Amino acid sequence: MSIKGKAYIAGVYEHPTRKAEGIPIAQLHAEVAKGALEDAGLSLRDVDGYFCAGDAPGLGGLSMVEYLGLQVGHIDTTETGGSSYLVHVSHAAQAIAMGKCKVALITLAGKPRTGGAQPGRAPLSAQPPDAPFEAPFKPSVLNLYAMCARRHMHEFGTTPEQLAWIKVAASQHAQHNPRAMLREVVTVEDVVNSPIVADPLHRLDCCVISDGGGALVVVAPEIAEKLNRPKVRILGAGEAIKHPRGGEVDLTYSAGVWSAARAFEEAGIRREDIKYASLYDSFTITVLMQIEDIGFCGKGAGGRFVADGNLISGVGKLPFNTDGGGLCNNHPGNRGGMTKVIEAVRQLRGEAHPAVQVRNCDLALAHGTGGLLGTRHGSATLIMERT
Amino acid sequence: MADPKNDAFNADTALEPYWTAAREGKLLLKHCRACGKTHYYPRPICPFCMSADTEWRTASGTGIIYSWSVERRATPPFAIAYVTLPEGPTMLSAIVDCDLDAIAVGQKVALAFETRDGQPVPVFRPR
Repeated sequence: MSIKGKAYIAGVYEHPTRKAEGIPIAQLHAEVAKGALEDAGLSLRDVDGYFCAGDAPGLGGLSMVEYLGLQVGHIDTTETGGSSYLVHVSHAAQAIAMGKCKVALITLAGKPRTGGAQPGRAPLSAQPPDAPFEAPFKPSVLNLYAMCARRHMHEFGTTPEQLAWIKVAASQHAQHNPRAMLREVVTVEDVVNSPIVADPLHRLDCCVISDGGGALVVVAPEIAEKLNRPKVRILGAGEAIKHPRGGEVDLTYSAGVWSAARAFEEAGIRREDIKYASLYDSFTITVLMQIEDIGFCGKGAGGRFVADGNLISGVGKLPFNTDGGGLCNNHPGNRGGMTKVIEAVRQLRGEAHPAVQVRNCDLALAHGTGGLLGTRHGSATLIMERT
Repeated sequence: MADPKNDAFNADTALEPYWTAAREGKLLLKHCRACGKTHYYPRPICPFCMSADTEWRTASGTGIIYSWSVERRATPPFAIAYVTLPEGPTMLSAIVDCDLDAIAVGQKVALAFETRDGQPVPVFRPR
């Protein structure tokens, strides 16, 4: 059984805020839910499935279903960090294919920039089993991704300048996005001359910190038929977890090698068929490793692949993150998977900014890495088609 | 944080030999008698074959840096690293007592212990 063609993304919405002072996280969830449902031409009463992750306050799904006023017969609170929302699209398609729901709502919201209300979670009952053996060494998002970059440079000769090209491409796109936090076009020199934050990553190798959120509506084919929106059909999806495997650490690849293989097998298309790719860009190294792991180029060849503008829309072979991505636009709740799907849908609908819209964009991919690339992380790949 | 005695809720008696050895300056690894593999961090049930027939073995105390990073914005800056042990596992740790600008992949390091949050934990210094 496959999800191929069994569900459509009918509604998307990206919250316009980048700084949500005075707005609680639950309200942000409601605002993006409203936005995505209106985009689809659907209403609250149409929703019969709800999906959220660890950013939802309180008891997550329970608290949000109440707050939003939903009446649902299917709920999924799968948590794989920032890639959760890509997993949710896949799970929503599965649920729809199985007849468990017809209109699935997926929401994300967070406000790490404002600080204020922390993402709500169940009370901390037990520390994770790795904590006594890792926490004393102060692992951070920065240094755990940095160690992947360091090992990649060591094994494959990847250079800081090659990584910088990823940020350059993102900035080229962000200049056209009035809501992007960083709209200034930068050069390779700007990136490599910015301060080192965690060797070998520079400040400009890192994504922004922003408030905000987003939502998606995934629907059954018979619902999509009735809606007056361009149709974005889900062709294939894959998810996978990778971790340090009892000490068999290999930082040169991510779980994306498995999630992407599954997604492409299900979709029945080739890598070179993809016209646009949304790639999680928590850091430049994240993008580079994902490009290799998805199979857009061979392992170790990512540095050469991303150089010289190859990721810039209208210039290179693989236009990516045309909204400016996490590197320049936003990274709501420190979870970038949601906005990756949203921009891919915009491209497939032909609704991206004209300056970055990919011509004849009929096949797009969105890929996310949640958790920490240098330790345990969850990868998710989604392949979509305009019909 | 890491001391079971200070955190009744998270107490883990299976790890007591590990922390006792740490206080004596020794790093214990878990070896599986069933599949013959050594893993880290230690678990009573082998993550490679799920056998409960695991035993503690003392690490030789050397290692090679697999990857590293220096968190430059911290005060003071500090080095984190993955260190590959001759026994097999690659473990997350810190590189201490060294020139932070001279750390390299492939560098040989030696085990040491530092007390952090009241608990001796295994770190490495260049040898």
